[in-house]
Amino acid sequence: MKKTFLSAFVKTLPVMGTYIILGIGFGMLLEKGGYGVLWAFAMGVFIYAGAMQYVAVGLLTSGVAALAAAFTTFTVNARHFFYGVSMIDRYQDTGRYKPYLYFALTDETYSLVCTDDIPEGVDRNRFYFLLSLLNQCYWVFGCVTGSLLGAASAFDSTGIEFVMTALFVTVFLEQWMSGKNHLFSLTGVGLSLVCLMLFGSDYFLIPSMIISILFISLYRKKHIKKEAE
Amino acid sequence: MDISHSVLLIAIISLVTMAIRFLPVLIFGRKQKTSELITYLGEALPYAIIGMLVVYCMKDISFLDKPYGIPELIAVGAVVLLHLWKRKTLLSIIGGTVIYMVLIHLI
Repeated sequence: MKKTFLSAFVKTLPVMGTYIILGIGFGMLLEKGGYGVLWAFAMGVFIYAGAMQYVAVGLLTSGVAALAAAFTTFTVNARHFFYGVSMIDRYQDTGRYKPYLYFALTDETYSLVCTDDIPEGVDRNRFYFLLSLLNQCYWVFGCVTGSLLGAASAFDSTGIEFVMTALFVTVFLEQWMSGKNHLFSLTGVGLSLVCLMLFGSDYFLIPSMIISILFISLYRKKHIKKEAE
Repeated sequence: MDISHSVLLIAIISLVTMAIRFLPVLIFGRKQKTSELITYLGEALPYAIIGMLVVYCMKDISFLDKPYGIPELIAVGAVVLLHLWKRKTLLSIIGGTVIYMVLIHLI
């Protein structure tokens, strides 16, 4: 059990850095909008979605209608649906952890779980659970810290949001260096660039996910043949 | 600040987010054995999605206006080089971010 915790902890270290920094950014922003530390805490616990929480600050301060908030959330977070789809098998027999695992499936947690390098001798379900839980703890810690710092400090944090880009670039490189499936990586990058040009930066993510699923399903036969050889 | 409206908004945002995250398992997770296509997508999709997220992070860069995306390109290049060199995720992330934060002040 100690080993499971330790390997999960080590694996989450990059996300720890990212989440604390991004969480602080969020907490500061929220504090600027007039919402204090309890709000930051509650949002980190219940919403637990990085980009959406940044967007939510604007929704709260402008006091939009409930329906508008629901629609915005749907467009910003719809991508999480596809994370769930690719976790069906991995999370199939996770028992009592299952609801939380799906609840906590953020971009970053997804990027850790989907690398599939579970150390030997650890309890797989507990490992997934601890990855998810630790990540949320870092996030909530960041949100709260940012809120507390927000009022006081004049730290210029412009550009800090680049941690998210850097995290995904390193995950991308790790996947690339694992040697297999370059075709899938290239499909994701290529199609999303095409969709970005066609649909614009606000709307391209969902079309590119749908088109990628279609493309990848078309590769399927070829892929199965290759695996068999 | 209207507290009850704010609470309502946070509740709605939470519930919609949860619904999106639970929906796949409600649709596909019931069967004893997952279909071959879902298994295959589970293996293949992560590669495509991470590629998309990289593009997503850089979606708002304007290459036509100053500073022409130069800080982003240099910083991403730095992340790639650091990672190929040491292959330490945390080092690549922190290194790239520090370089980016310095660059946007300089350029």
